[in-house]
Amino acid sequence: MTTATIAGADVQIDDEGFLIDPTEWTEDIARQLATNIGIELTDRHWDMIRFIRADYAANGVTPGTRRVQAAGGFATKEQFELFPKKPQKKSAYIAGVPKPAGCV
Amino acid sequence: MTTTLTETAPIPSFGDEKETDRKLVIICSKGSLDMAYPGLVLANAALGEGIETHLFFTFWGFDMITEKTMDHLKFSPLGNPATHMPNFVMGLPGMTSFATHMMKAQIEGLDLPEVREFLELITDAGGHLWACRMSADMMHLEEKDLFDRVEGIINASDFIEIAEGAQTLFI
Repeated sequence: MTTATIAGADVQIDDEGFLIDPTEWTEDIARQLATNIGIELTDRHWDMIRFIRADYAANGVTPGTRRVQAAGGFATKEQFELFPKKPQKKSAYIAGVPKPAGCV
Repeated sequence: MTTTLTETAPIPSFGDEKETDRKLVIICSKGSLDMAYPGLVLANAALGEGIETHLFFTFWGFDMITEKTMDHLKFSPLGNPATHMPNFVMGLPGMTSFATHMMKAQIEGLDLPEVREFLELITDAGGHLWACRMSADMMHLEEKDLFDRVEGIINASDFIEIAEGAQTLFI
């Protein structure tokens, strides 16, 4: 396990740079992680990140594309616009939750 | 467990720095419920990885994109040793609808979308759906009979053009 300083906070991260403990996440960390991968966070990004975090907190699993669409109200197309090419992994990274484990 | 303190956190690459021309083509040739899903799941996964993805429907695979049939794909356990049941049982009347019912319940239990919704997800994610000209002619089907997200009925050489440089799966 590695501890790193992101946006002034010491957090645990895995080999790829994903946060290990979602409770260590802060909005400042999210801003830094987004900058890291070239994403400028708009209100809509924040809405989706908050949905993903809330859904993870409630269910213990990171929601996949379909759930983010059906339960979160973010159409698949929009997910790809907000987090280009790899919406699931990129949004999970910024939201400080594990990569989605399911296939869909 | 050891804890190391690093100055800077690694940044996942997400493959963005390399301009990839990776492309996936999946030929769907089966019309049974169980054989519809492998192509759909893989196409969806590939799109989520930012890979250009095309699905080409041919022969029995047409049932996956024909309006009349796509919501009613069936699973038959007959002649399938992996069901671990004797064929004389699997051949009994009503067994196909029973087995289909069971499989649909499992699919739903796994929170997998049905075929139509799955194809909508795939096209929303930028995937392309193509229908085979020869199959359409054989089955007397036209574009109006097909799921409206199918981009076109194309012939074999059109398909070969699309598949240039792609990794191709035949299902």
